[in-house]
Amino acid sequence: MTDKKKNIALTGGAAAAEALKQINPDVMPVYPITPQTPIIETYAKMVADGEADTEMIQVESEHSAMSATVGASAAGARAMSASSSQGIMLMAEVLPIASGMRLPILMLVSARAISAPINIHGDHQDVMFVRDSGWIQIFSENSQEVYDNTFIALKLAEKAGLPAMVIMDGFQTSHSVENLEILEDSIAKKIVGEYNPKNYLLDFENPKTFGPVSLPNSYFEFKRAQIEAMGGVIGKLIEINKEYSDISGREYDLFEAYKMDDAEKAIVVVGSTAGTAKVAVDELREQGEKVGLLKIKLFRPFPYKQIADALKNAKQIAVLDRTVSFGSVAPLYSEIANATGKKDLQSYIYGLGGREIFKEDIKKLFQDNWENKKVKYIGLK
Amino acid sequence: MNKKLTEKLAPGHSTCAGCGIPAIARTVLGATDDPVIIVNVTGCLEVTSTLYPYSAWKVPYIHSAFENGGATAAGIDGAIKALRKRNKIPKEKRIQVVVFAGDGGTYDIGLQSLSGALERGHDFIYVCYDNEAYMNTGGQRSGATPYGADTETTPAGKQSFGKTEKRKDLMSIVIAHHIKYAAQANVAYLGDLKMKAKKAFALEGPRFLLVLQPCTNLWKYPTSEYVRIGKLATETNFWPLWEYFDGKYKINWATENPKPLEEFLKTQGRFKHLFKPGNSPQIGGASEKVIAEMQKEVEEEWKRLVNMAEV
Repeated sequence: MTDKKKNIALTGGAAAAEALKQINPDVMPVYPITPQTPIIETYAKMVADGEADTEMIQVESEHSAMSATVGASAAGARAMSASSSQGIMLMAEVLPIASGMRLPILMLVSARAISAPINIHGDHQDVMFVRDSGWIQIFSENSQEVYDNTFIALKLAEKAGLPAMVIMDGFQTSHSVENLEILEDSIAKKIVGEYNPKNYLLDFENPKTFGPVSLPNSYFEFKRAQIEAMGGVIGKLIEINKEYSDISGREYDLFEAYKMDDAEKAIVVVGSTAGTAKVAVDELREQGEKVGLLKIKLFRPFPYKQIADALKNAKQIAVLDRTVSFGSVAPLYSEIANATGKKDLQSYIYGLGGREIFKEDIKKLFQDNWENKKVKYIGLK
Repeated sequence: MNKKLTEKLAPGHSTCAGCGIPAIARTVLGATDDPVIIVNVTGCLEVTSTLYPYSAWKVPYIHSAFENGGATAAGIDGAIKALRKRNKIPKEKRIQVVVFAGDGGTYDIGLQSLSGALERGHDFIYVCYDNEAYMNTGGQRSGATPYGADTETTPAGKQSFGKTEKRKDLMSIVIAHHIKYAAQANVAYLGDLKMKAKKAFALEGPRFLLVLQPCTNLWKYPTSEYVRIGKLATETNFWPLWEYFDGKYKINWATENPKPLEEFLKTQGRFKHLFKPGNSPQIGGASEKVIAEMQKEVEEEWKRLVNMAEV
């Protein structure tokens, strides 16, 4: 680590752009929305300065952003986009088209609340809304993970033949400057490699029909094949994580188990809150409390077996969701309940519309009684 | 069937008897020797040509959704530009991206996507086959449906003479994007359509063709009649043949004595209610009034076109 250039301070959005620059995708159709703009503005400037030569298409809506990304990807290009919130909602129709056509599109997401009422701040409602769209979803805790996950998810998408979202928390990560270590260009280039699609529109020798009509006699099998493809993602990610960890020197896994070995009380979180929660866990550990933290990275597909294993010794578990499922239990809670089958689970909802969560909130929740089972809210007035 | 004609769209599709859509697609695609990529939006052509495990397309084809023909073409155009820049496809090789969409996918749900792609200047041809309603879903009104037409969602009845609004002037909307070439054609005049497609293929940037496609099922007329009815649309000036090129308008077919619109209307079930004696009390029992209104519109539109066109 003698190269000084390797350590830089960037926002999550700029860290994503830095990875994009090294990947230099063929096509990137984008439409601006807060808090995704730092990604696309930073990248547009890099292209303007000749540091990358991606065809950026400044479309007139997110529906068109994802539609153009699908067109470019089907044509045989490495295609990416970026969005947030209402943009993800507007794209919602096209997301399953991307996954149904098995296109390895990468999308950077700065996760944000959804309307109404309108709110531009971070939570996970947008990405949770599209969790069943057939996309791989990987959450990031900080700028470093945004940067690293961009490479990992690209490799994964192309290996699995499925689209992937790299998710950062709107504002908390997208707009916060943090130190991170970046790969040397030559190493990054080697990781990324050439993109050689099997089936693509520009192959005039072997013309293909993308997006045919499928009736009840064939549709089910298409979906079954997609389920199989999704099922293969976890194994592929384990391999890619290992390779990437070896190259980068940063440990990557399906999730991060933090002080979990002897933890009696454990919390499960996704995204930037994990950073705050680690400090809370450290301080409680200093007081002799056996507490731990499981940070989910891969949310779709959900690695049930591995997560059940990681949580098997914890006597009590609390799950923190930065989203809601109206009329049902919160999404992450639901997954953890499915994975562990444990009765001693407590659901917390926090941080909607950018409401802050502090270290003290997390320390306090470890003192809570997790036995009454009713959903609890952190920071609600 | 002529082998050349079926080089790109094979005969094994399932459009209705008497449907002109395959003729439009084949005539347009027959006007170029460049490699083509087809973008097709949801609609009649898509459902009748791609029924899995079969495909009538012998050229690369993509159907993504209903409202994103423009954006899908934009993405493909971006891919061609990027891969050309990176020497993955030959620099000199011209590739044509051709969108086929119905009027619903163009005038209505796909208008924004089309507008964006036109404004950004992508290199593509957009062909709208206009059958003047949502025919693939059984004949509901669209922004292209003419005033007075009986559709499933603007049914004629005791209190209704059909659609109460005029159709959208799509050609003006398209031309307002400062594109180089736009033309209005008619499936009943395939020679004219071929000439326009040839012109379009020779140009770069966004190009637009609006082609009238009389729908035998839902305009409600016998399958053998589509050419005759298509011709009547033009001979009455209901559907003039014209083109716009580089700021100039040109009328491709004109007559001193256009036929009365009635001759076109009375051939079709969708206007049948206008010829029933004593119908629609709310329009004074006089469907003549509706027909007169339609005739007036046709004359005004013709006059406007003549004023813009070069003599």
